[in-house]
Amino acid sequence: MRYCRRRTNANHANLLCHGERRRTVSQPSYGANWATNRIVHETRVSSAAMQIVVEDLAKTFRVAERTAGLAGAVRGLVRRKHRDVSALAGVSFSLAAGELVGYIGPNGAGKSTTIKVLAGILVPTSGRVEVAGRVPWRERIEHVRRIGVVFGQRTQLWWDLPVVESLDMLRHIYKVPADAFRTQRDELIELLDLAGILDTPVRQLSLGQRMRADLAASLVHAPEILFLDEPTIGLDAVSKLAVRAFVKRLNRERRVTVILTTHDMDDIEALCDRVIVIDGGAIVSDGTLADLRNTVTRERWLTVDVAGDASEVGDADATVIRREGERVCLAFDPEVVSPAELIRRVTSRHEVRDLFVENPPIETVIARMYQR
Amino acid sequence: MMGYAAIIAARFRALLQYRAAALGGLFTQIFFGLVRIMILRAFYAASSHAPISLANVTGYVWLGQATLLLLPWRADEDVAEQIRTGTVVYELTRPLDLWGSWFARSLAWRTAPVFLRMLPMFVIAMVVVPLVAPGWELAPPPSVASFVMWVACFAGAVILSAALTALINVTMMWTIAGDGMPMMIGTLATMFGGLVIPLPLFPDWLKPVLYALPFAGILDLPSRVFTGDIAATQAVLVVADQLAWALVLALVGRWLLARGLRRLVVQGG
Repeated sequence: MRYCRRRTNANHANLLCHGERRRTVSQPSYGANWATNRIVHETRVSSAAMQIVVEDLAKTFRVAERTAGLAGAVRGLVRRKHRDVSALAGVSFSLAAGELVGYIGPNGAGKSTTIKVLAGILVPTSGRVEVAGRVPWRERIEHVRRIGVVFGQRTQLWWDLPVVESLDMLRHIYKVPADAFRTQRDELIELLDLAGILDTPVRQLSLGQRMRADLAASLVHAPEILFLDEPTIGLDAVSKLAVRAFVKRLNRERRVTVILTTHDMDDIEALCDRVIVIDGGAIVSDGTLADLRNTVTRERWLTVDVAGDASEVGDADATVIRREGERVCLAFDPEVVSPAELIRRVTSRHEVRDLFVENPPIETVIARMYQR
Repeated sequence: MMGYAAIIAARFRALLQYRAAALGGLFTQIFFGLVRIMILRAFYAASSHAPISLANVTGYVWLGQATLLLLPWRADEDVAEQIRTGTVVYELTRPLDLWGSWFARSLAWRTAPVFLRMLPMFVIAMVVVPLVAPGWELAPPPSVASFVMWVACFAGAVILSAALTALINVTMMWTIAGDGMPMMIGTLATMFGGLVIPLPLFPDWLKPVLYALPFAGILDLPSRVFTGDIAATQAVLVVADQLAWALVLALVGRWLLARGLRRLVVQGG
């Protein structure tokens, strides 16, 4: 993205500041390191055509604090101590219409805060945000007509009402014409397999059912942009697959722009072409999954099944990740030793039954990234 | 407007489901109505001078019991829950004014449970009680005009009460537990709304204060229009007072909400 390029220096500065701040809380600094490794996402679209533009977004919360114990509680009654917590410290990125972007980071990194600013819920401390040409918090009502939001940890359905009545309420709230609503609703019911639970009050739904109903609720008004904040949290495998398949289809077939936050790396791997990683309120990486892997680690994994005892399998240029029975998993850097060479060495020394080379799972990549 | 109307309708329907609560409430309110009338009758028997007639004060008690839930003596627990859990964020993703949707919810919340209790209560206090205990009943309004004006005052009371409820909702944004302010306003509303002691029986020096507060417009003034204690011709002033207060409370509520949203903190997730 062109403007991101242009802004790299500013971001760089932020990252450095950020690194400084982190150092004081005795965590290893990666600031300077990261700035050089930083991936800049490339798209061919100019920033004028961007649907979502976020520039130097900062949000500082002021929270009351008290010292522990009874004395602290009493003191807190008289004089409140406040502490500024910086949730976002200069976040910049932009999205073209129709992108499906994963927005990930550890707990407290600022993911949800970003989503809430983009959704018009929170007013940021500073920075520029434009979504479809509007500043979310300034023109909230016009803005929210064109977006859909799902917060996985909360439901937007009316607890006491059957699902179908919640959808009907939303039709009135968004002023969707009756026939357009009917088409949209029937399609959502089919895609999300809601037919069996339409008349069930929300409080009686399972989490998976509720999430599907919540997704339908966020789409009643056919928004162009969908914000999904941990849509698969707590779901079982089947429900996760259903949610993923639906989101993918929505993006491919209807060209709905989707920003997805998650802790489930399978979500990312299954859905997202582009991944933005945020940590400590600043973006630490923005690019494709492949870029992300290459920046964090070039490592590949070779898994070998041998006949007999596997305890001897190993190589000077590779590290053993795990060894279970007849199976060994070796990590290696392809620039140090090529996969072909490593396989030749292993097969010459052992009787190999099966082998395969793979990328380390994205969880491992991300975990390494958070540790830096 | 369609959106707000849908909120009122859905909330109204949901609240009508609580029939068992209404039945329980009905019995409780009849019981306390009888106790209050008993106490007042004892006072009236021992006193030669009263600022309001025994028949009117009896009617006042019944009307107070019947429309008890008009008093904003506690916050809308759904909104409290939304604020406590943070689900309130969804309200901000709707193309509606947040104060407006809280006001709409409150309109339903202040009417549905009242209707459920009020109608059977009227039948009991006007038809059954005079058969069992003559003199303890709710007498019909002295004229059709009084009744019509009472209906107008009742509507005014609903609007006033909903504006106060919306304001209570707004105050909950300031504290996490969220029930401090509602409890305080609730206590004031119960005391100064005439539910404990009918306002006409308060000392004369305090009355100007009580009637200057918004709480009198919810139970006290409409009840006195019904019984004829306030003449139908004067009732227009009651409606004007209710609407003026509703407007003030609405403006304060909206102002506070706008301030609250600027400093909104949504905790966790």
